[in-house]
Amino acid sequence: MATSGILRAIRYHPISSRIAATYRSLSTLVLAEHEGGSIKASSISAVEAAKSIGNENSVSLLLAGSGPSLKEAAEHAASCHPSISQVLVAESDNFTYPLAEPWAKLIHVVHQKGDYSHIIAASGSFGKNIVPRAAALLDISPVTDVTEISDSNIFVRPIYAGNALCTVRYTGSSPCMLTVRSTSFSVASTSADSNSKPASIDQVDLSNFSEDDAVGKSRYIKLSSQETERPDLGNARVVITGGRALKSAENFKMIEKLAEKLGAAVGATRAAVDAGYVPNDLQVGQTGKIVAPELYMAFGVSGAIQHIAGMRDAKVIVAVNKDADAPIFQVADYGLVGDLFEVIPELLEKLPDKK
Amino acid sequence: MKIMVAIKRVIDYAVKIRVKPDKSGVETNNVKMSMNPFCEIALEEALRIKESGLASEVIAVSMGPTQVVDTIRTGLAMGADRAIHVDYPGTLYPLSVAKILKALVEIEKPGLIFLGKQAIDDDCNQTGQMIAGLLKWPQGTFASKVVLDKEKQTAVVDREVDGGLETLCLDLPAVITADLRLNQPRYATLPNIMKAKSKVIKKLTPEDLKVEIKSDIEVVKVTEPPKRKTGVLVSSVDELIDKLKNEARVV
Repeated sequence: MATSGILRAIRYHPISSRIAATYRSLSTLVLAEHEGGSIKASSISAVEAAKSIGNENSVSLLLAGSGPSLKEAAEHAASCHPSISQVLVAESDNFTYPLAEPWAKLIHVVHQKGDYSHIIAASGSFGKNIVPRAAALLDISPVTDVTEISDSNIFVRPIYAGNALCTVRYTGSSPCMLTVRSTSFSVASTSADSNSKPASIDQVDLSNFSEDDAVGKSRYIKLSSQETERPDLGNARVVITGGRALKSAENFKMIEKLAEKLGAAVGATRAAVDAGYVPNDLQVGQTGKIVAPELYMAFGVSGAIQHIAGMRDAKVIVAVNKDADAPIFQVADYGLVGDLFEVIPELLEKLPDKK
Repeated sequence: MKIMVAIKRVIDYAVKIRVKPDKSGVETNNVKMSMNPFCEIALEEALRIKESGLASEVIAVSMGPTQVVDTIRTGLAMGADRAIHVDYPGTLYPLSVAKILKALVEIEKPGLIFLGKQAIDDDCNQTGQMIAGLLKWPQGTFASKVVLDKEKQTAVVDREVDGGLETLCLDLPAVITADLRLNQPRYATLPNIMKAKSKVIKKLTPEDLKVEIKSDIEVVKVTEPPKRKTGVLVSSVDELIDKLKNEARVV
């Protein structure tokens, strides 16, 4: 692609970086996850983030997998967001499970052909696992867990468990690789516009996908997950969280009941997970899930720095704790000093049913 | 088999950090520093593997200015056999750390590299994945359980992922990053702290390892996050429901 070569030359010409910036063409590759034939909400947030990098940014979505659900997912992808102009599909047994080794290689192969200015994934366990490995293969530093895109190469990311925000400028060669917090890039409800033309769906040429490096050295065995009717913690409107004060897995059912009443997702603190009351995927915090619901209710949660890191962007925070000095009350909008074993039954009785 | 563990010196997890008034960074003068909690867990796992007879030696590695030697000494006191200090006065981003580790791996030839999944200062969660990519080794990140099979030369790793617990089988040599529930690290006992004083810390520089530190990230500024409006205490469930319904309008 001669044009991109010229553009790259202009970008590095010493005369003026400002002139180069005007000529820089944007094209973004979004690494997407799919499940059961649809694109995950967090991946659509990544497309929304791509939109905010700049005007006239052409967005391609990359999907990988095997089997019929991949084809279904590609069709969903083609019309899930108006900014997507192309869906790339990599079909191979290597991608039946989202392993980092084949995915990093895939990104390398796709970038060599597409020469993107940006490569983005949502900052969940998929993006966090894969993007840095792919960046190392391309000899660049990625910028991870971005909460704000100020310019095509200036990003804001939380540090010190969100107690400080760091604004960084990426000064390396393309691509600029990012993982973005899906809670920071919410998708407008009018995005899935049935009037706009669906994107093209193209197969990725994997004929040169040689398996001589790490591909094949890791094998997927299984995924243990808990079946639940509760909405996904990452994008629920309401989250009800329990801490160690619940004292047992049996008691945690009270949290479940309250969540069911409010149509909410269930969250937990590290202490509750460590104690075995709930599985790890319910953990909210610096190293667990980051949530930003409309309403976050914390019962028996002390409010450790590391937990606050995971929920400080909630619109309304409610805390119920027996200890009036618990740090959680410093971030709560509404605090009730009381015994959760009395408060929760009372709430269950008095709250209006979810329509 | 040798195990190499990369450890980082960071501001202690319990410290309330302060952003410098000039917005150039976070205040670190006179602030308590400790080994990154995830690195402690990584080192603990390596030590347990050695104690079970599956590894011959645990080498602790840390990079940065002279002060990181304090953290290295803690690692030696916990039980690492020897250590390497890569002396560098400035900031090292994960890509540079990964390149330095690669150079060390080529010298030491370990069968396993352990790291913490992320450092609690920059919260990057990148280094383990990058070193695995550079070495073309398989990676087991966010590990909550590791079981080695000496015969098959594999590591079965349980990983904490968004959907629950994922189990992978990796061929050795491999890179594993430790998550919170992998283990509970031991405390360094006083006799071990004394013994650690005679353990070897080899000092090297990036130049010795022929690694060029290139920087493609610039910090523009560090700021405080937006402050939340001060909240109110309610005195009853009725009042709480009333506020949520009529004031906040979230139920």
